[in-house]
Amino acid sequence: MDNALSRRHFLSHGIMGLSSTWLATHWPAVVAAADHAHSAVQSATPPQFEFFSSEQATEIVAISARIIPTDDMPGAREAGVVYFIDRALTTFASEDQKIYNTGLPDLQASVRELFPAVEKFSSATPGQQDEVLLSLDEHAAAPPRPFRPRPDAQTFFETLRQHTIAGFLIDPEAGGNRDGVGWKVIGREHEHIFQPPFGYYDKDYPGWQPPAKDADKK
Amino acid sequence: MRPDQPKYKTSEEVDFVIIGSGAAGGILAKELSTNGFRVVVLEQGPYLSESDFTHDEIKVLKEDLLTNHPKLQPNTFRKTPDEKAKHQRALVYGRCVGGTSVHFTANFWRFHEIDFIERSKIGPIPGTGFADWPITYADLEPYYTKVEWEVGISGLAGASPFDPPRSKPYPMPPLPVKSSGVVFERAARKLGWHPFPTPMAILSQPRPGRGACANCGFCLAFGCEVGAKSSSLASVIRVAERTGRCEIRPNSYVHRIETDAAGRAVGAVYFDKQRNTHLQKAKAVVVCANGAETPRLLLLSANKQFPEGLANSSGLVGKYLMLNSYATAAGLFEHPLNDYKGFTASRVLHDFYELDPQKTGFYGGGGLDARFDFTPITFAMGGYPVPGATGGLPPGAPRWGKAFKDAIRYNFTRTMRIGCHGTSLPLEANSFSLDPDLKDAWGLPALRMTYKNHPDDLKLATWQKDRALELLEAAGAQKKWHDPIEEDNFAFHLLGTCRMGNDPKTSVINPDHRTHDVKNLFLCDGSSLVTSGRGQPTMTIEALAFRAADRITALAKRGDLAA
Repeated sequence: MDNALSRRHFLSHGIMGLSSTWLATHWPAVVAAADHAHSAVQSATPPQFEFFSSEQATEIVAISARIIPTDDMPGAREAGVVYFIDRALTTFASEDQKIYNTGLPDLQASVRELFPAVEKFSSATPGQQDEVLLSLDEHAAAPPRPFRPRPDAQTFFETLRQHTIAGFLIDPEAGGNRDGVGWKVIGREHEHIFQPPFGYYDKDYPGWQPPAKDADKK
Repeated sequence: MRPDQPKYKTSEEVDFVIIGSGAAGGILAKELSTNGFRVVVLEQGPYLSESDFTHDEIKVLKEDLLTNHPKLQPNTFRKTPDEKAKHQRALVYGRCVGGTSVHFTANFWRFHEIDFIERSKIGPIPGTGFADWPITYADLEPYYTKVEWEVGISGLAGASPFDPPRSKPYPMPPLPVKSSGVVFERAARKLGWHPFPTPMAILSQPRPGRGACANCGFCLAFGCEVGAKSSSLASVIRVAERTGRCEIRPNSYVHRIETDAAGRAVGAVYFDKQRNTHLQKAKAVVVCANGAETPRLLLLSANKQFPEGLANSSGLVGKYLMLNSYATAAGLFEHPLNDYKGFTASRVLHDFYELDPQKTGFYGGGGLDARFDFTPITFAMGGYPVPGATGGLPPGAPRWGKAFKDAIRYNFTRTMRIGCHGTSLPLEANSFSLDPDLKDAWGLPALRMTYKNHPDDLKLATWQKDRALELLEAAGAQKKWHDPIEEDNFAFHLLGTCRMGNDPKTSVINPDHRTHDVKNLFLCDGSSLVTSGRGQPTMTIEALAFRAADRITALAKRGDLAA
C-alpha cells in the first residue's frame, strides 16, 4: 500500500499548476471522490471470493501465474490478479461468467489429456502448465503435439489472459495491481502527476529553436 | 459548485434549442446565451464533471463512461451500398456534457488556406465529391483566433514555416516537450524537415477555474481531472451557464425535430432519463450532434412533408463521410522515454501538408506527430477501442509468459509512435444512414456506416507511414515497425455528412450553417465540413461554431428567423 494513496497525495501536495480558484471550486468534490476511490480499493480485495470457489481460485492463480510469471519481479500472483478477476466477474465482466464456468473444466480436461497422471492445472509442473496453455493459444505457432481442439478452453484462456493483464496493469485505485507492482514491472512510476523532464531524451533539451535556414523552405 | 441554471418549461418557446453539447454545441451555447438569447442544450449523455473523471481504464475504455455505448446504441457496418450491413461497433464519440472534446487527444492544428480551395487548385477528382468550400481560410481566421483565446490553446506561433497567416499569437506557450518529441525533432531536422511544438487544446498555464496540465498521462480517451484539457465542458459551457440564460439538460436523447405545416422547425422531441417523451419548443433549432448523429436525427425526422428526412432535398444527408487517412509507425529506443507521462503529442511537422499529386501519383497530404497514445493496459494488449486494435508491442511479440513480461518490462518506457494524419476524399457512397433492421435500446433505427476508402487515401497513408519509418531510422531506433495499412471499418472523425455549400442541390447547409430547406434549422459540427483537412478537425469545427454563432445572431437580430 506504499503508494495507494497517490491520488490523495496529489491532492494535498501536487498543487503545482492549479490555480487557487480551481482548488477553491473543486477541492471538496475531488477529495470526496478520492476518498471514495480509496475505500473502493479497500473493499475490492475481500478476504472471501464472491464468484470463485477456493478450488477454482487456486486454478486461476496458477494459470495467471503462467501468463505473467514471477521472476526477479512480481507477477500476477503478487499483484492479486485473482481478486481483480473475481470482482470483475460479479461486476463489469459478469457476462464472462459462462466462459469461466465452461472453460475452466475444459482446460482441466486438457491437462489430463496431455498429462494423464496430473489431476489439476495447479498441480502440474510449470513446464507442463506452459505446454497446456501453448496448446490453447491460437496465436502460437505449432502446438507442441497434436491435441483435440477445445474451443471452450481456448476462449477461456484468451479471456483469462486479457483479465490477467488488466488486473496486473490497471490503476491500483481501480481495484487491481496490488501495491502497484504491475507498474513497477513496466517502469511506470506510481505518481498521480509528473513534471518534466520526463525521460532520457528531454533531460537536456535546450528549448525549441528555429532551424538555422528556414527561408529556403516554403 | 455550478451556477444555478434557468429551468425552462418544455412548453415555453425558447430562442434556441441546441442538440449536443460538444465542441460545436458548447460554443454555440456560450455565444448565443452571451448574446442575450434563451437557450436550452439537450445532451443525450450525463452531466459529468472533474470529480467524476478517473484513471480507471475499465470504466473509461471498457464500460464507455464517456462515450457512446455499443449495447444501448449498436451499429452496423458495410463496405459498399450493395452489401447487407453487419452488426459491429463502427464508431466512438463522446456521450456526456462536453461531447467528444472531453476525451479527445486535443491536437489543435488550424486548417490551412489550401483546405478550402484545393478543388480549384488541383482540379476535379473523378468519382468523388471533391469540392471547394463556400468560405475561405480568411473568413475563418478571426474565429480560429477566438478559439485559441477563449477555449484555451497552447502553442508557438511562427514555429512552422507552413502555418497559415494568423492575426494573434497563441494565448499561452506550448506544453513541455516529451522525450518522443525531442527524438522526433532531432531526426526530422536531420532529414531537413520542420518539426514544431504541437498546438494543443490543453492549458500550459492555469486559467480562472482551471488548472494547467499536470502531466498525469491519462489524457487521450480520458476526462481531465484538473480542467486543463480545453473541452467545451471545462471552457465555454461554464461561461454559458453563468449567463443565467442557458440550461444544459443532460440525459436528453433527441430523436425527432418537429416541424409545422409551413415546414418550419418548432422544437426537438426527446426521451428523458426515464424514457418519457418531451417536446422542447424553440424559435430555432441548432443541431450539433456530430457527423453521425446529426444526419441520423435528420433522417429520423422524416415526415409526410419531408419523406426523405429533414433538410434532405439534396439527398446528401449522411453522405460524403470522411474519416481522415491514418497510419502509425512505432519505434523502440535504447533509453527510457517515459512517454506515458504527460499529454499525447508534443511535436508535429507539416512538411507534407500539401503534396503534389503530379509527383506522388495520388491526391492528399498530411502531418506527422510524435506520440504515445497508450495506457498501461492498451500498451500490453491493444484492443481499444476496437477488438484487434494493436497494442504497443511489435507485431509477433509474445502474448503471455516470461517472454511477454520481459517485453512489456523493457518496451513500455522505451516506445513511441508516430501518427500519420491525412486527407480523405469525399465519396457519395460513404455514409451514415438508418439501419433497416437493427434498433437501439429505445427502439429507434441504429446507425449504419458504409465506408470504403478511396485508393488515394490508402496510398497517402502508406506514403506517410514510409516517411515515419524514415524518421525513426534517422532517430536511431533499435527497432521500428508499423501497423498494417487497411481499409477502415471504424470511425473516430465524423466529417462531411451534411456538407456546406451555396447550391441546395449539392449541399445540405449554406455558409450560415442554415439548412437550405428549413429556414430556422441550423447544423454545425463535423458534418459541416466540405473537405477533411489533414487529420485534426476539432479546431476547425470550433472555429465554424464561433462563426455560425455570429451569423445566426445577425439573422435573429434582424428578424430573419421569425415565421
